[in-house]
Amino acid sequence: MAFLRAFGSYLPDRVVTNEEIGAQVGCDAEWIRGVSGIESRRFASASETVAQMGAAAGAKCLERAGITATDLGMILVSSGSSERQFPGPAASVAKLLGLDSVPAIDLPLASAGSLFGISLASQLAAVVGNVLVIGTEKMSAIVERQPMDRAVAILFGDGAGACLVSPDVGGARVLGWELHSDGAFAEDLKVEFNEPLAMSGRTVILQATRKIPRVISSLFEKHGLAVSEAGVFLMHQANQNLILKIAATLDVSPERFYSNIARYGNTSSASMLIAADEWSQQVGFEGGVPVCFAAFGAGFHWGALLAVGVD
Amino acid sequence: MNKRQEIIQIIESVSGKPFKLSPEESLFESGTLDSFALTDVVAALEKKFKVSIPDSALNPRKFDSVERIEEHLAEWGK
Repeated sequence: MAFLRAFGSYLPDRVVTNEEIGAQVGCDAEWIRGVSGIESRRFASASETVAQMGAAAGAKCLERAGITATDLGMILVSSGSSERQFPGPAASVAKLLGLDSVPAIDLPLASAGSLFGISLASQLAAVVGNVLVIGTEKMSAIVERQPMDRAVAILFGDGAGACLVSPDVGGARVLGWELHSDGAFAEDLKVEFNEPLAMSGRTVILQATRKIPRVISSLFEKHGLAVSEAGVFLMHQANQNLILKIAATLDVSPERFYSNIARYGNTSSASMLIAADEWSQQVGFEGGVPVCFAAFGAGFHWGALLAVGVD
Repeated sequence: MNKRQEIIQIIESVSGKPFKLSPEESLFESGTLDSFALTDVVAALEKKFKVSIPDSALNPRKFDSVERIEEHLAEWGK
C-alpha cells in the first residue's frame, strides 16, 4: 500500500509572454493561444540548473509533508532536459537536499517521467519508505537551440514539481496504475544531443488522443470505477486542446481536468506535479473521491495512476 | 455514394468547410485539417467504414489526401 502525502513545485521568476516568444519565431500571440491554450511560460535563468529547480520543488514538498530529507528512503528524478549525458540530476538533487547516501535514481523519460516515477514509488515505498518523486525541466535551453522551430518554441516552459509517496500515511491511497511504452514512435518526439527538439506534432496528437482515454478507461474499469466518478484529472499539461479532446472522448466535463497550461506552458515531466501541487493547495483530496493522474510523451511512454482520497 | 464521396463527406463534416481540393492534394498543407481535426477524421472513418485502425498504422501521412485515405482503407480491408 502507498499514499500520496504531499506535493511541491518551483517555477522560475521570469515570465515569457506569447508576445515575446512569438516575436522570436515569427507568429502572433493570439495564434499561440489558439493552437495551445498557452498565454505565458516561465524561463529559468542561464545559471539555474534542472537539479536546483528540482531540489527547490522537493524541499517545498518535504516542508508541506512536515518531514526532512533524512526521512527519505529514495529519490526518483525525472528530466528530459538534463544539462549533461551523465550523471543525471538525481544525485545532485539529493546533495542539494542535504543527503549523501540515499539512493537517487534518474528517469530520463521526459513528459511521462513523473507519472512513471510515482507509479514505481507506489511499489517501492513498502520496501524503502518515503520516496520523493521529482520532475524537473529546463526546456528553454532546448527550444532556444538554433534553428528555433516555431511549432516547438511556443509550447515549452521551465519548472519543477514533486510528490512524496509514503508507505503508511497521506491524503490519498494509490489504487493502481497502468503504464505502457512503444518504441515504434521514438523518432516522432526526441532530442538528440545538442540538437533542437524534433516533434511530429500530428503523430503525437493522433496517438495521444487515442492512448490516453484508453488507458484511463482501462484503469478505472480494473478498479470497478466509472470514469465519471473521478473528482479531478491531473494530467501532463501538454496542450489545452489535447486536454479538451481527452475530456470529450471520456465524456467528462473539461472543468474536472485541472489546467494551468495557460500560465506555464508545457513543462514536460514537471507539469503533472506542478498541476497536482497547485490543485492540492486550492482543493485537495477528499475522502472516497478518486483522483486520476495521466501522461503521454516521448518514447512513446504513457499511462495513468488512480488514487482515492482517504477519510 | 462511393467510397471517395463518403471520405469527402467526412472531411467536410469535420472541417466544416466545402471540400474544394483535388483527391491528391494535401489536407494538411491546404489547411483543411489540423492535428486535432485529423483525430476526428480517423474516428469518423473507423465508424463509417466499420474498421478498427491499429495504432501502429496511424501515420498522419496515410491521411494526407483523399487519395491516400482511399488507398489505405483498402489496406485495412475496406
